[in-house]
Amino acid sequence: MSSSTPLLEYTLHLADDVLILGHRNSEWTGHGPILEQDIALSNIALDLIGQARNFYQYAAGLAGNDSGESIYPAGGGGVVTEDTLAFLRDGWDFRNSLLTEQTNGDWAKTILRQFFFSAFQVDLYEQLAVGRDTTLAAIGAKAYKEALYHLRWSSEWVIRLGDGTDESHQRMKKALEELWKFTGELYIPAPYERWAAEAEIGPDLSQLRVRWKERVKEVFDEAGLTYPVTEWMQTGGKEGRHTEQLGYVLAEMQFLQRAYPGCEW
Amino acid sequence: MAENQWPLWEIFIRSKQGLDHKHVGSLHAADAQMAIENARDVYTRRMEGVSIWVVESKYVHASNPDDAASFYDPASDKVYRHPTFYDLPDELKHM
Amino acid sequence: MSVQDLEKIFQDKIDADIRIEPKDWMPDAYRKTLVRQMSQHAHSEIVGMLPEANWITRAPTLRRKATLIAKVQDEAGHGLYLYAATETLGTGREELLDQLHTGKAKYSSIFNYPTLTWADMGAIGWLVDGAAIMNQVPLCRASYGPYARAMVRICKEESFHQRQGFEILLTLSKGSEAQRRMCQDAIDRWWWPSVMMFGPNDDASPHTAQSMQWKIKRFSNDELRQRFVDICAGQVKILGMTLPDPDLVWNEHRQHYDFGAINWDEFWSVIKGNGPCNKDRLEARVKAHEEGAWVREAALAHAEKMSRKRAS
Repeated sequence: MSSSTPLLEYTLHLADDVLILGHRNSEWTGHGPILEQDIALSNIALDLIGQARNFYQYAAGLAGNDSGESIYPAGGGGVVTEDTLAFLRDGWDFRNSLLTEQTNGDWAKTILRQFFFSAFQVDLYEQLAVGRDTTLAAIGAKAYKEALYHLRWSSEWVIRLGDGTDESHQRMKKALEELWKFTGELYIPAPYERWAAEAEIGPDLSQLRVRWKERVKEVFDEAGLTYPVTEWMQTGGKEGRHTEQLGYVLAEMQFLQRAYPGCEW
Repeated sequence: MAENQWPLWEIFIRSKQGLDHKHVGSLHAADAQMAIENARDVYTRRMEGVSIWVVESKYVHASNPDDAASFYDPASDKVYRHPTFYDLPDELKHM
Repeated sequence: MSVQDLEKIFQDKIDADIRIEPKDWMPDAYRKTLVRQMSQHAHSEIVGMLPEANWITRAPTLRRKATLIAKVQDEAGHGLYLYAATETLGTGREELLDQLHTGKAKYSSIFNYPTLTWADMGAIGWLVDGAAIMNQVPLCRASYGPYARAMVRICKEESFHQRQGFEILLTLSKGSEAQRRMCQDAIDRWWWPSVMMFGPNDDASPHTAQSMQWKIKRFSNDELRQRFVDICAGQVKILGMTLPDPDLVWNEHRQHYDFGAINWDEFWSVIKGNGPCNKDRLEARVKAHEEGAWVREAALAHAEKMSRKRAS
């Protein structure tokens, strides 16, 4: 039986983050505050799901490479694919950070979640793009441009809502209270992230953290929001210990593959 | 117009380098920056553009259709502005 | 110039296939009919996002998920193009939405039917989009310029929608027994509502003659419906499925398919609000709009603050 390698786990982590966040964003499709922004957020969802597919396809290759059975779920013919990885793993195998699985809440919470993540993702992908793994580097280089746009779009919205009206300001503050505790995890490396940094495949997260703080502070200043003093941060998502939210995401997302196993769709 | 309606913007897209910006439609946005980004998401999803102009619709001034006769008809008898007006022998090349 | 003269000039232009543009003189009734027709179409695109968005989070593969999001997103775009075209006639989007939300404006009844299984994504793409395309392609030559231009853009984008739907059904039709059952069930439920999408029979459609004269409708309901039935009757064979109409039979003499009687009672009662999902669909739209109010206000407030800042 092939065991999981740090590279595979790292790749799955990268994939899970963007699949879960993309899935969350896509819950807005058809329900956005105005048509133009419904379209904008759907675009971001599409970018993220596209990134997830690239990472999963790479992971599927890694998982299926070894002779013998993979510990990862396979579909028809025993083949591990992007879809078996996305639709047939349970929550404890998902390596996404807790931030990405949090419920959409209102537009303020969705925006802030995207902003926190994009502010992390741009630097992550920039580093990935110059890393030693050529596949991850290629995906990172392509996705970096997307992340840059997401950061721009979400930054502008954070400023708009923070600065806009009393109500929007209050909603941003509430969103900040709800989400802040999930931001620390982005920078606390899981073992496979430490491995990736050592292998010069991925970034050293502690260095990225400084840049993230600067980015967030800069936008918060313009938005009239106070950068919180760091308190207790929730962790665990990147090692499979999630909040209750993920189970519901998976129950919905994986329903068809679970109810009708082994089918082509 | 309802109070909270975002203003309307006219969108012009250059489909590739070397071509003019062309009017493609309109959309709503709170400000110019957002109008450009909305145009990016609404009108260039299929690689339709490499450059975007936005103009708030209220700033577009248009000629009046009632003036069409006096505006455009006078040009119709000035055929001498077109190269084919001139009768030249076929042997004449490079002209 | 007298109104009669203006009307004559207007109709002459239309007869000569010269497009009417926003600032041109047009009869009030033409303007009113266009606003109704175009906004109804826009509303249909927007409400039509809901039954499909319903399955985005349950799409069975990542590829299906992405294409479904892209498709529903296109519908938002189409609604947007049509609202924008309608706005050139002097009615703002906010007012149009208000008409939708208060039930004054209609949208296509097809979206009041539920999406119960994944196969419905296929059936909607194949049948509902198929019927819509049949209606829409002739409108690319509609007499009102902004409308025709919006329709050109829409038709260009729609072309992937129907293929996407048919591909879903084709995959199901080659799948397990449960998948084939799902496929047939979806066709059974969506067929008649799709046939009804073309509207009442010509003899019961009072606006048709005037709209044809104005070239904002280019073929009659029954002509388009016949064309739709003929095409689908052929395509369903590729799926190895059947259309739920025992009277569907090729008529050698007419060179068309004959088909069974449409249940107009159902048609009218769904229009009147008694479809399975009328209430849910409208509520979802109203909710999105109301819950978005503070967002739109905040963006406007911020934009105003910024422009004051720049001015000072």
